[in-house]
Amino acid sequence: MRVNVTVNGESRRADNVWEGESLLYVLRERLGLPGSKNACEQGECGSCTVYLDGVPACACLVAAGQAEGREVVTVEGLASGDDLDPVQESFVEQGAVQCGFCTPGLLVAAHDLIERVPDPSDVEIREALAGNLCRCTGYEKILDAVRDAAAKKAVR
Amino acid sequence: MSAPARSPQELHDTIAGGIGESPLRPDGTLKVRGEFAYSSDLWHEDMLWGATLRSPHPHARIVRLDVSRALAQPGVHAVLTHEDVPGENVYGLKYQDTPALAADLVRYQGEPIAILAADHPEIARQALKEIVVEYDVLEPITDPERAAHDATLPKLHPGGNLVRHQRIVKGDPAATADVVVSGVYEIGMQDQAFLGPESGLAVPAEDGGVDLYLATQWLHVDQRQTAKALGLPVDKVRLTLSGVGGAFGGREDLSMQIHSCMLALRTGRPVKMSYNRLESFFGHVHRHPAKMYYEHGATKDGKLVYVRAKMYFDGGAYASKTPVVVGNGTTLSVGPYDVPNAHIEGWGVYTNNPTCGAMRGLGAVQPTYAYESQMDKLAAALDMDPAELRIRNALSEGSTVVTGQVVDFPAPVAELVQRVRDLPLPPEPAGERDIRELPGGASNTTHGEGVVRGVGYGVTIKNISYAEGLDDYSTARVRLEVLGGEAVAMVHTAAAEVGQGLVTLQQQIARTELGLTRVSVHPADTSVGDAGSSSASRQTYVTGGAVRNACRAVAEAVYARLGVSAEGMSLTGGKVVAADGEVVADLAELLGDAAIEETREFHHRPTYPLDPETGQGDAHVQYGFSAHRAVVDVDLDLGLVKVVQLDCAQDVGKAMNPDAVVAQIQGGSAQGLGLAVMEEILVKDGKVRNPSFTDYLIPTILDMPPMRVDVLERPDPHAPYGVRGVGEPPTISATPAIANAIRAATGLELPRVPIRPEHITGV
Repeated sequence: MRVNVTVNGESRRADNVWEGESLLYVLRERLGLPGSKNACEQGECGSCTVYLDGVPACACLVAAGQAEGREVVTVEGLASGDDLDPVQESFVEQGAVQCGFCTPGLLVAAHDLIERVPDPSDVEIREALAGNLCRCTGYEKILDAVRDAAAKKAVR
Repeated sequence: MSAPARSPQELHDTIAGGIGESPLRPDGTLKVRGEFAYSSDLWHEDMLWGATLRSPHPHARIVRLDVSRALAQPGVHAVLTHEDVPGENVYGLKYQDTPALAADLVRYQGEPIAILAADHPEIARQALKEIVVEYDVLEPITDPERAAHDATLPKLHPGGNLVRHQRIVKGDPAATADVVVSGVYEIGMQDQAFLGPESGLAVPAEDGGVDLYLATQWLHVDQRQTAKALGLPVDKVRLTLSGVGGAFGGREDLSMQIHSCMLALRTGRPVKMSYNRLESFFGHVHRHPAKMYYEHGATKDGKLVYVRAKMYFDGGAYASKTPVVVGNGTTLSVGPYDVPNAHIEGWGVYTNNPTCGAMRGLGAVQPTYAYESQMDKLAAALDMDPAELRIRNALSEGSTVVTGQVVDFPAPVAELVQRVRDLPLPPEPAGERDIRELPGGASNTTHGEGVVRGVGYGVTIKNISYAEGLDDYSTARVRLEVLGGEAVAMVHTAAAEVGQGLVTLQQQIARTELGLTRVSVHPADTSVGDAGSSSASRQTYVTGGAVRNACRAVAEAVYARLGVSAEGMSLTGGKVVAADGEVVADLAELLGDAAIEETREFHHRPTYPLDPETGQGDAHVQYGFSAHRAVVDVDLDLGLVKVVQLDCAQDVGKAMNPDAVVAQIQGGSAQGLGLAVMEEILVKDGKVRNPSFTDYLIPTILDMPPMRVDVLERPDPHAPYGVRGVGEPPTISATPAIANAIRAATGLELPRVPIRPEHITGV
């Protein structure tokens, strides 16, 4: 089948998509956007979190056909050109990136949290990111990064 | 054939920060933009997808294997079995006992039997179902203690079911004491659960060789094993490290290396293999489960007199790192304590359980849980504060450990315990509490009734680098050249960046040694000498030492080119500076168009094998030490645990990158927390029951408490810059600290981790 989807503001078309393919597979293997990660492919780890019509979703759980005509923003779409989003900047600056495999999903989830709750408490951060597994950091520096990004966004 | 799209990149983003500072990761920006090329992101025009058929049985004979139907499927390009392995169908890290593809006997559930390559991953998955395998199913051997001693069991390998037995005898093994405590402790099978799946892309080359882009911990050991199985000279199997999504020991053994290369060489096309999470649980080795019998004897005033222990490590189907686990487990069996008398025995065995090998804290995690449980039991028997008992028995510089080796470097164990004890405790709960901070989290399971609090300690000793006589070394190539009018250094090693920050550290060392700002890191590959593994907390020590040596050789070459003596000279700010501060030359002018390139190795001082009878010998080059204090809340009604606070004090010798050191300690502690209360691969009759992230639980951000980290720097005079390996100790001491805190809260014995709700409620 053919799937038409807007990705990071651009109209994209994928041909010869097998019905069982996920949005994650289409993004990674057909549209050349491997930023969203394939860690568990069953919606448990959050590594493939993308915005689907403005709402965070695990791209591995979205059938490619379900994305037809919809708008997707991936980690590749968070920065504006060379300018990183404050969430991206803070993750680098606060040491919240180690192996970085969980990072794309965490960035989308954290970006969404700060959009909804500009000054989140620690408990709110923990609840919002509880669906994103990280195996390297112990999460402390991820908390630092989200706090820092919220503060940055408040200033801008 | 060309390199794949999305190849590993050269890293050069950060331009400031020497050793002791905390510059940002040079790969950080790529990673947050989603542009970093992990091994599962690799892509090549015209590539095929590889897939693996695995045994559903833990123990079986293969009586018939027919791949003809699978090969006939449209879109399938090759189906290969053990008969197609071009070289020797056997590999292994320590013993050569593991087939690349099973020939006649299957020894664990998930053992690879056949591989195929197809146009699409789904075609590959469907085609696997067309491979016909007939099995004669056999009774699995699953009890490691029986496997060690029962000679009537079937032999899983020609040499029997024992991988290694090691005895350690120090002082009077039959010593007696005033106060004696004993216990039997068990530890479940933990998984590394790295997020990036096993994956790689094999590209056939025109010279008949193959280029493999992959995620691994040790390029050269993969290269040697893969070349042997492919029947190719080593230099025709070239490996390049792609982005690694975590490792923690789970990438030390081969997974898709031989398979992807076989398929690429057979089809003449690039072949990508990427495991899904289910396959990942079967495709890598796990942490050894263990059963340990311990007895401690002490004087009335709390001085240890003896330790006697027997420990059984379940190695599963193949040896992997089991010999090292037995070596580490026995030599570290009494912990960071002065013990005059000891009698220790450790067995590592073959069973039909999943193969176990390297995982963070290798061989030290198991005994630490046991002896730290014993220390609390002993403190209770003596009516003594548990931290005080540990301080009273702490090793120090000059102590003799259980192998007879004298600790000839700082060993501030007592200070670590004291420091972690002195950190402020969280406020005692009072009044209405946010239910999200209670055991059970947001599930509204309690409002604080039935919740009790406990505090516990865990302290550990871990050997750093490879031991028992291995020549452990690394190689670095450093090139100094002028780019854009500025002197720039390029560091090239084969050392694997697995997330720990080695790429940052390589830049820091080169900046410090060569007085430059701009340093790039070349992608790690096998075109430079061996760097050993990113494991055993050794890379900063060993590859750091190699980068230092290569930089110093480059500096020497600079002085030679100037025709001056190196005495008192240094490189600073892109200039050659004499002892009196006078600028002798500008580096960029001096170099001109002529680059200087030097390659050097670093070998740490030698270690020696253990005596097979007494276990005596200078087996280890260095030890790392850490101490944790955990505070937990436990819901006695439901058995749920919330770790309220987890604090750590660790000696790192020299904090090369202080922020990264703290991050390693936090991340390692999280894995220790996981083992204490949730992480276990459940195996019944040799079969894995929870191979998914739905059922194998790793800590989330809601499970991890706030952490205070207190970093000590007591330089090791024998190590480059005084460094001490950092990565493993925090994983090891966190687990018993939490277990002891739960015991303190509940008064229960709890002789097994992970501690589950039913262990607490007794239901």
